[in-house]
Amino acid sequence: MPMIEIKDVSKWYGSFQVLTNCTTNVEKGEVIVVCGPSGSGKSTLIKVVNALEPFQEGNIVVDGIKVNDPKTNLPKLRARVGMVFQHFELFPHLTITQNLTLGQIKVLGRTPEEAKTRGLKYLNRVGLIEQKDKFPGQLSGGQQQRVAIARALSMDPICMLFDEPTSALDPEMINEVLDVMVGLAKEGMTMMVVTHEMGFANKVANRVIFMDRGQIVEDATKADFFGKPRSERAQQFLAKILHH
Amino acid sequence: MGGFDFNVIERSIGYLFREGMTFTLTLTGLAALGGIIFGTLLAMMRLSSHKWLSLPATGYVNLMRSIPLIGSPTPIQVGAVASSVITFTLFEAAYYSEIMRAGIQSIPRGQVWAGYALGLDYWQTMAKVVLPQAFRNMIPILLTQTIILFQDTSLVYVLSITDFLGAASKIAQRDGRLVEMYLFAALVYFLMSFTLSYIVKILQQKIAIIR
Ligand SMILES: Nc1ncnc2c1ncn2[C@@H]1O[C@H](COP(=O)(O)OP(=O)(O)O)[C@@H](O)[C@H]1O
Ligand SMILES: [Mg+2]
Repeated sequence: MPMIEIKDVSKWYGSFQVLTNCTTNVEKGEVIVVCGPSGSGKSTLIKVVNALEPFQEGNIVVDGIKVNDPKTNLPKLRARVGMVFQHFELFPHLTITQNLTLGQIKVLGRTPEEAKTRGLKYLNRVGLIEQKDKFPGQLSGGQQQRVAIARALSMDPICMLFDEPTSALDPEMINEVLDVMVGLAKEGMTMMVVTHEMGFANKVANRVIFMDRGQIVEDATKADFFGKPRSERAQQFLAKILHH
Repeated sequence: MGGFDFNVIERSIGYLFREGMTFTLTLTGLAALGGIIFGTLLAMMRLSSHKWLSLPATGYVNLMRSIPLIGSPTPIQVGAVASSVITFTLFEAAYYSEIMRAGIQSIPRGQVWAGYALGLDYWQTMAKVVLPQAFRNMIPILLTQTIILFQDTSLVYVLSITDFLGAASKIAQRDGRLVEMYLFAALVYFLMSFTLSYIVKILQQKIAIIR
């Protein structure tokens, strides 16, 4: 059984169709990179997986639980799916430690001490333990994104979704975030990553999905995708970002 | 009569503040607290995608904002003091709700997503993520509205309640010193409002620096 199963998913904003018959699976331990031009529906595809956005047609099943079933306890499901955003979305009014413990305490019911121990363990892992009492606004973008990853990891997720985690960062900060993600991938975390960092894809991706105008145009192994993308759009897109 | 007698102020100042100002500040505080809590609920209802929540809230806010305070009816008869607290709370909630609505809308959508993505439900996301930030951003405007409320509470003297203006009015009638007492009352309201406005201005600059 795949960890994430996306089957024939279509979504509309009013009369505008954002997703058209999207189908793909993410197996346990797999790393999938999603790329494609701006506005092609990548963020939307990531968001429907943990029901941050509803969709009208098709089915999504995460770890055996149907996302689009009205009876599904969405908060419980989301708590098991880690998510990292383009703009970090740390809570600016809370300290780094409070950011790390909020979900653990409120959702998982851990005691503040347990939550803190676990949160700081992951903060240490991303190399930011000495920032634990600061506020997000006092950290650089790269540091904030690493905290956001630690926040997601503190919830013991069964898989993780990343929506362009490095595209809002200054170039010199991209690698510190990618390094953490590569580490996760190598440990066997199941990941669905929207990114244009083809170096990252090359290093750890099992498959690459190329989206265009709401459709999954290409869903190929890494070797196939970089070796011989079938669609012309994907070829043009690759040529463009590789010579960027 | 002949000439002004400002001694009347000296003689009555203890009474004016102990009785009158205490009531004025208590009423202002209670109505502000109640108004902000009820106003925040109204704001959340107005922002709901459910029409059965947003429509009544919108209707309530527009109704309250279109009737003058002095004419607004007290829904239940519970004595002058309690009904003044209730009336001001219900009335001010409409204004506070507009402020909190703007505050909630000023929080980026991504913050809500981040709360939901952690597994927080709607109420937890509101209580822990959105409202603390919205409230903090809106503190200067909430205080400004509270200064207006402070001034408006003087209307209760028509209910023969001994607020600050009511107390001043009683002394004025008793000693026949209308001009002196009303001048003094106006000066006190002005100074207190002015000082508070000044504090708001400083707060605004502080918040602007933090951001
Ligand atoms: N809330 C929304 N309402 C209407 N259209 C939207 C909304 N969110 C996104 N869109 C549109 O959906 C399309 C796909 O958006 P998105 O998934 O963010 O693309 P990507 O992440 O690939 O850049 C875009 O054309 C965008 O303008
Ligand atoms: Mg996007």
